[in-house]
Amino acid sequence: MAVYKTNEFRKGLKVQIDGEPYLMFEMNFVKPGKGNAFYKCKLRNLMRGTVLDRTYKGGDSLEAADVEEVGVQYLYRQGDTFVFMENKTYEQYELSSEQVDDNWKYLKDGISCSMVLYNGNPITLTPPNHVELLVEYCEPGAKGDTATNVTKPVKVETGAEFICPAFIDMGNVIRIDTRSGDYIERVSVK
Amino acid sequence: MSFRPTASVENLELRSKKLAQLRSHFAEAGFVEVETPLISHDTVVGRHLHPVGVAIDGADLWLQTSPEFAMKRLVASGMNTIYQITRAVRAGENGKLHNSEFTILEWYKVGQSYEAAREFLSELAVSILGIAPAEQITYQNLFKQFIDLDPINDSELFITQRAGELGLHTPDAWESLDRDSKLDFLLADAIQPQLQSHAIIVYNYPASQAALAASNGETAERFELFIHGLEIANGYHELLDAQELRDRNRHINNQRVLDGNERLPEESRLLDAMDSGLPDCSGVALGVDRLVMIAAGAESIHDVIAFPLDRA
Repeated sequence: MAVYKTNEFRKGLKVQIDGEPYLMFEMNFVKPGKGNAFYKCKLRNLMRGTVLDRTYKGGDSLEAADVEEVGVQYLYRQGDTFVFMENKTYEQYELSSEQVDDNWKYLKDGISCSMVLYNGNPITLTPPNHVELLVEYCEPGAKGDTATNVTKPVKVETGAEFICPAFIDMGNVIRIDTRSGDYIERVSVK
Repeated sequence: MSFRPTASVENLELRSKKLAQLRSHFAEAGFVEVETPLISHDTVVGRHLHPVGVAIDGADLWLQTSPEFAMKRLVASGMNTIYQITRAVRAGENGKLHNSEFTILEWYKVGQSYEAAREFLSELAVSILGIAPAEQITYQNLFKQFIDLDPINDSELFITQRAGELGLHTPDAWESLDRDSKLDFLLADAIQPQLQSHAIIVYNYPASQAALAASNGETAERFELFIHGLEIANGYHELLDAQELRDRNRHINNQRVLDGNERLPEESRLLDAMDSGLPDCSGVALGVDRLVMIAAGAESIHDVIAFPLDRA
């Protein structure tokens, strides 16, 4: 297993601590003149998002984490398992609903996402920033009402519900921002 | 990849101005500007100092970590009031406040006492930066005042526990670090951040951190200037005893091996010079890049160096 010595520490390094992958997102080198060097690091757990403050002294080392980001396509869901296929190798990967978290709302058939692999196993999934989803059910919209400040819930093809302007109708395709879950615009009307 | 400097043109112009001011300050004080080699057969033996080796025409030499050895050889050869502004190179020192290759101002004055050397350093900072004279405090009182710890007399257990009480993120295996490394960490992590509004000269370092300063066994005649919490300069009332330096070199090399680092050559032309007689003198090394940082109000050394290592 590759190892990073303290003099290789820098922002962006992916390392392994207690068997879990971390991203070093901040690194401050402090060294009193003739004294020992210290490396003050902030590390984000790539599986859980938690942050660690750690200090290392000159000569310490951290194991490199085998972390890789790949492009995948969503294939199907089987119970609590979501199945994806890597675009280049056609390798299939499974994520639990816990790992997929709220992103299930955007997983329509065939959608392209990016996936982080740790030691070859998927750990996180990131959908595109914007996705287009077909509205499958909602209360009928008032004809001619184009105001965006009157809202209602709509149910889309993935089974998820989003808050949209009242003029949205069944059969419309809407664009959603996956980072916030907010409605952006109507893409098409059937 | 950008070809442009990381420093602004304004800061590079300020840097030029500060260099000119430094040169005229030393000229007015009667110093002779000297030049010594960047590449040397000898290197300073420091526990936490990592020199860069260079192979030239079949010989293994070193890039200087400071011009100290060469300048003391000039002092031992009759030049009694000298300074230079040059480059020094230290491996593994890169960050917001460090660049492996940096500009160093170093000076020596024969017959200058320990007190007078500190006074001269304070006056230099006043003249170049327009700040108030630095307050002076012993290393012992600095620790007592800021973190309520006696670095000379408190037990190792007390020092170990004090970091926890202060809520610091200590390095792994903190308990097993040696006493000086613990003090280094406390200075860097708990004291320096409290010195933001200070210009302060810390003196009488523990004898175990004497480096090349004269020592009485308990404390060394070594001092450092901090401005706004930033370490700017390091000075010694110089060690003259060659045998003492040989003993320190051997001891430091043994520590280096335990740390997993290479041994450095213990004999040097500096020792030859000391054998022949180095006159009583004081010497100071000052980080020019950091001095310019203070003058510019810069947060990072990259703001005052045109092309730091990443872009060199």
